[in-house]
Amino acid sequence: MLMMGAVGLAIARIRDLFAVSMLSGIFSLIGAAAYVVLDAVDVAFTEAAVGAGISTVLMLGTLALTTRKEKLGGGKSKSTTAFLVVAVTGAVLVYGTFDMPRYGDKIAAIHHHVVPRYIEKSGEEVGMPNIVTSVLASYRSFDTLGEVFVIFTAATGVLAILGRARRRREDEEADEGGSDTKGAAS
Amino acid sequence: MMHRKVVLRVVSKFLIPPILLFALYVQFHGDFGPGGGFQAGVIFGSGFILYAILFGVETVKRVLPPWSTRLLLVVGVLTYGLTGVAGLILGGNYLDYNVLAHDPLHGQHYGILIVELGVGITVAASMITIFNVFAGQSGGD
Repeated sequence: MLMMGAVGLAIARIRDLFAVSMLSGIFSLIGAAAYVVLDAVDVAFTEAAVGAGISTVLMLGTLALTTRKEKLGGGKSKSTTAFLVVAVTGAVLVYGTFDMPRYGDKIAAIHHHVVPRYIEKSGEEVGMPNIVTSVLASYRSFDTLGEVFVIFTAATGVLAILGRARRRREDEEADEGGSDTKGAAS
Repeated sequence: MMHRKVVLRVVSKFLIPPILLFALYVQFHGDFGPGGGFQAGVIFGSGFILYAILFGVETVKRVLPPWSTRLLLVVGVLTYGLTGVAGLILGGNYLDYNVLAHDPLHGQHYGILIVELGVGITVAASMITIFNVFAGQSGGD
């Protein structure tokens, strides 16, 4: 946790965006390690692959398209306001965690609603040794269907924005330079 | 530009087949160990993305042309959705796996397997598609 805080501070301080994207990858990797410590191995999988791997690669791809240096904008008053907003929001969030049950608390509400039924009955009802899988794919399959649609929508959105822009550029190049440039560009 | 990085090329050539194999393991072993469709799809997609970084997007596009990843994207979502419809046709509720086979437990097993496969295909296809579109912008490498 301390390491995550240190990396977060470094991200806020550093102006070189290449280093910032690398540091955010490291941040995700430490987060994945934290999930392993909390026994959530599959979440750690996802965090390591998506957070540390793919999103870092996408950030670097964006940097290659734009620029490496952060533009310094805004005056001192602007950054003070931003700092105040962030500090107040963070304080409220930390205050909210005081009400949460301690980690591993067995009288916490989350362990008493449907979890006992999942643990006791899923062997008979679904027959999977891995309760996480049976909860995700069977008891809560509508949730998972929604998540799949979210990912699908994300991919279609990226295609709709970036895919069309590229095609238009190719068309313009084709209009300007004839068919040879189009073959080279595609 | 990437042709000179011999160590990276050789090591990744060794690593990419195990990465893809591990993705399949996570996919089909998700009933027993940690993992499932999401994780498997992400790992599978990152294997392709690693290859694309080192050998160029064009090389990957020869194996997986853009239309195929877009098709897989739709196939994954439809696999999930149509499994639910199959439950409806066989007389259950939407996404009710009990009716997919004579034994409800087997039905659950098939249902979860197919649904996780749909999730995995969607996630892998969308990761590869997003990366390809990003990397295919002119000005990138």
